[in-house]
Amino acid sequence: MNTIEYFKERFDQWQPVSGGNGFGTIRQEAFDAFSRLGIPGSKNEEWKYTRVAGLFNKEYQFPPDSFTTSVTAKDLDGFRLPGAAAANELVFVNGFFSFPLSVIRSSDLTILPLEDAAKNDFKELVAKEFGDSSKYIKDGIHALNTAFVHGAVFIHIKKGQVVEHPVYIYNITDARSANILAQPRSLIHVNENAHVQLVETYITLGTNQSFTNQVMEVTVEKDARLEYYKIQNDGDHTNQVSTTHIRQTGKSYVHTVTISLNGGLVRNNLTLALDARYCEAHLYGLYFQTGQSHIDNHTVVDNIKPNCLSNELYKGIMNDRSTGVFNGKIFVQPQAQKTNAYQSNKNVLLSDNASVNTKPQLEIFADDVKCTHGCTVGRLNEEGLFYLQSRGISEKTARNLLLRAYASDILEHIQPAPIRSYVEHLIVERLETDIS
Amino acid sequence: MLSIQNLHAGIEGKKILNGINLDIKPGEVHAIMGPNGSGKSTLANVLAGRADYEVLHGTVEFLGKDLLELSPEKRAGEGLFLAFQYPVEIPGLSTVNFIKTAVNEVRKYRGLGSLDSVAFLKLMKEKMALMNIEQSLLSRSLNEGFSGGEKKRNEVFQMAMLEPRLAILDETDSGLDIDAIRIVSNGVNKLRNKDNAVLVVTHYQRLLDYIVPDFVHVLYNGRIVRSGGKELALELEERGYDFIKNESQEVETV
Repeated sequence: MNTIEYFKERFDQWQPVSGGNGFGTIRQEAFDAFSRLGIPGSKNEEWKYTRVAGLFNKEYQFPPDSFTTSVTAKDLDGFRLPGAAAANELVFVNGFFSFPLSVIRSSDLTILPLEDAAKNDFKELVAKEFGDSSKYIKDGIHALNTAFVHGAVFIHIKKGQVVEHPVYIYNITDARSANILAQPRSLIHVNENAHVQLVETYITLGTNQSFTNQVMEVTVEKDARLEYYKIQNDGDHTNQVSTTHIRQTGKSYVHTVTISLNGGLVRNNLTLALDARYCEAHLYGLYFQTGQSHIDNHTVVDNIKPNCLSNELYKGIMNDRSTGVFNGKIFVQPQAQKTNAYQSNKNVLLSDNASVNTKPQLEIFADDVKCTHGCTVGRLNEEGLFYLQSRGISEKTARNLLLRAYASDILEHIQPAPIRSYVEHLIVERLETDIS
Repeated sequence: MLSIQNLHAGIEGKKILNGINLDIKPGEVHAIMGPNGSGKSTLANVLAGRADYEVLHGTVEFLGKDLLELSPEKRAGEGLFLAFQYPVEIPGLSTVNFIKTAVNEVRKYRGLGSLDSVAFLKLMKEKMALMNIEQSLLSRSLNEGFSGGEKKRNEVFQMAMLEPRLAILDETDSGLDIDAIRIVSNGVNKLRNKDNAVLVVTHYQRLLDYIVPDFVHVLYNGRIVRSGGKELALELEERGYDFIKNESQEVETV
């Protein structure tokens, strides 16, 4: 049985049982798209350097309704992020939002099962905003998430509310007894003048294989501010495709930091649709890979309306036999005059066997714009290394200081202090142990 | 303290030093002068252990040890210091953090315990006053966006913190105005004592008005072609390097 047949069998069994919950048509259409597109192979330009098809040859425990898990709050205690005591904690287990494990501390935060939100107060909003990411991500993996959407969450931040406590999102995969495919899904709406910080991380329990295929869609309204932090530090036996789509529908501020430290294969799709005048978006990323891990960051900044500003800086450190991909698209639509868009990707290779494929991709259809892009792949600064050594600092310490300095202009953009020091600590720890 | 015997060295297959002999004793100040391309900076960098340079022949003994066998950080631990002609900018590494790491690594090498924050701060304040350097400069990333004068002052400040036995100043005067030269030279002079020595590498005589040498050596085509007292520097200033070049060519043709 090939991959499509395998999922078709699961889909046919499951779709009538779950009854669609208002998503029946959406699921069917998505499944049809998946059947047509399949899992992308290396002939697909968007997946040229990230070989994902082989990962679907394995048997994963799926579909969702067969899921039983014994993940407890105690299991979670071992993985809680620093600052958790003063944070809202949202927990997904094997792709399903878990109300019992989640802790909501802010009253200005509305958290609902997506299927409930779609039926009641937020009907129009969900109808309009769910699936917006498929305008940018048109592959079979994305369709597969939508085809099985269930147990998703809807998060609504009320007008004018500054969410005092950051929102931590844990994606837990319980692979203690089987290989697991998890497909978390969320829809987030940040209302006018609201502020929120989201911090997301991924944890696999057990040693079986896991594959997380996540889609998050966010809408940011006028005068709102969104900070989004993604921390990926899962095991070698875990893989993920993580899609984060943000549409700014009013003059607003968005700031994302993507930190990728570990994982077998990680593909991040980050898309920003700047759909109002004077939107501002900052995209930062740091990937630090060892062993045979693979990291792929595909970003899109779509300038739809005039006068928007985007600033993107992704930095990589690649050791051992790790491989990396960076693809940064910037679109400037015909009416998006006075766009300012900056992009830079820098890479340091610490080993002869590590590699990075980096590609800026600018498509500009307006004439009065400022766009810059640049990418570098190189070794650690030898001049700097000699300078530090000449002051009595050992080569190993000198390398560590230089790499920490290199990472610092990404880390400084992590606003919640406990999260920033946590990530700094992870990096220092890695430098001390893994890099010789 | 430093004894260089028949040193030959080059970079990327190009031979630059062709047999340097030089002895430096504690308490002395030596100046190496010479036209562009004569090998002055190569000598400074070979002594500090820059990896790009290849030593082809000869020996260098420093305080009884074979200097050429040591890594750059061990040379610093033994008491060698190179003030860079072009100090490297390192965004993201705070100057204080860098100096603290350096001081403690050097102390470790010399068998001394690490300084705690209080002791380090005390030492730093003392040397800051000596070097006329402000706290705000040290809080910034290492050399990033520093003016030429600030970079060179920072070099001599590091020298003060590390207390070397032999300090090599590689074109420390380049790019500095007279006031900056005076500040930097005063710093160097305050650090001088009977146990340490200074090797000043310079193109011009003017720095030597402030850091007065006991010996002046003229480097040309990778060799020391003339040595003398401080008056040699004045003679060079007056007559230019051409007379050295002419003399040297005559010797070669003979």
